[in-house]
Amino acid sequence: MFFLLATVAVAAALGMLIARNPVSSALWLVLNLFCIAGLYLTLNASFIGVIQILVYAGAIMVLFLFVIMLLNLSALPGLEEIEWSSVGGFAVGLALLSQLLYVVALQFELGMDPVGAEAAAEVGSAASLGEILFTRYALHLQVAGILLLAATVGAVLLAQRRFQ
Amino acid sequence: MDVAPNWYLALSAVLFTIGTFGVLFRRNAIVVLMSVELMLNAVNLTLVTFSQSMGDPSGQLLVFFSIAVAAAEAAVGLAIVIAIFRSKVTVDITEINLFKH
Repeated sequence: MFFLLATVAVAAALGMLIARNPVSSALWLVLNLFCIAGLYLTLNASFIGVIQILVYAGAIMVLFLFVIMLLNLSALPGLEEIEWSSVGGFAVGLALLSQLLYVVALQFELGMDPVGAEAAAEVGSAASLGEILFTRYALHLQVAGILLLAATVGAVLLAQRRFQ
Repeated sequence: MDVAPNWYLALSAVLFTIGTFGVLFRRNAIVVLMSVELMLNAVNLTLVTFSQSMGDPSGQLLVFFSIAVAAAEAAVGLAIVIAIFRSKVTVDITEINLFKH
């Protein structure tokens, strides 16, 4: 199940990278987000998986598609000739990927023994996460609420402004 | 969990790199913002993997707050894109050079 979801996730991410039309880019990203939500469910993190579908695939991607529809974009032309900055960017990306995979392939000792599936499902449930969210992280929750309010007001003000 | 956590970390690294390529190569500002969302998702996957394998719920709460901040970031970023589009009628990031003059 993991390898199926992982393959679809990587393929959808590559589709988002390659697609010319921004609308198809956004739809590939939605598929990718659903696959990541499925991966959260295979990790027994049920609460985060549901939140991922509701907030990311539901709200944020609808916002992206709405803006694309509002701006009525046509597909931009691709790069005509090979630019040296693109080659440099490709080299930077490959170096980043090889570095990350090398660290993972080292099988580094984390000094932990993974907990069982039952304990993991108990940790990832909405009840246990909600309990700790409203006790230990109550202040952080209110700060996040203020941040979202400020972002909403700022987005409305910015969308009205006209840059010279 | 039937698969070792290292597979999840490797998948997260691949997704993060694809997001980096999107930021570096694409010229559409909206697609660049979507690539940033992909990178945020890769990091969230790492956090949930470690949180579930160590049995510590704090990592998943960090992911919860990270999703909230990503929503705020998407709203403000798209508002900036709309504001720029209204004055320059393009979202090509090679054409946006407001600080150049």
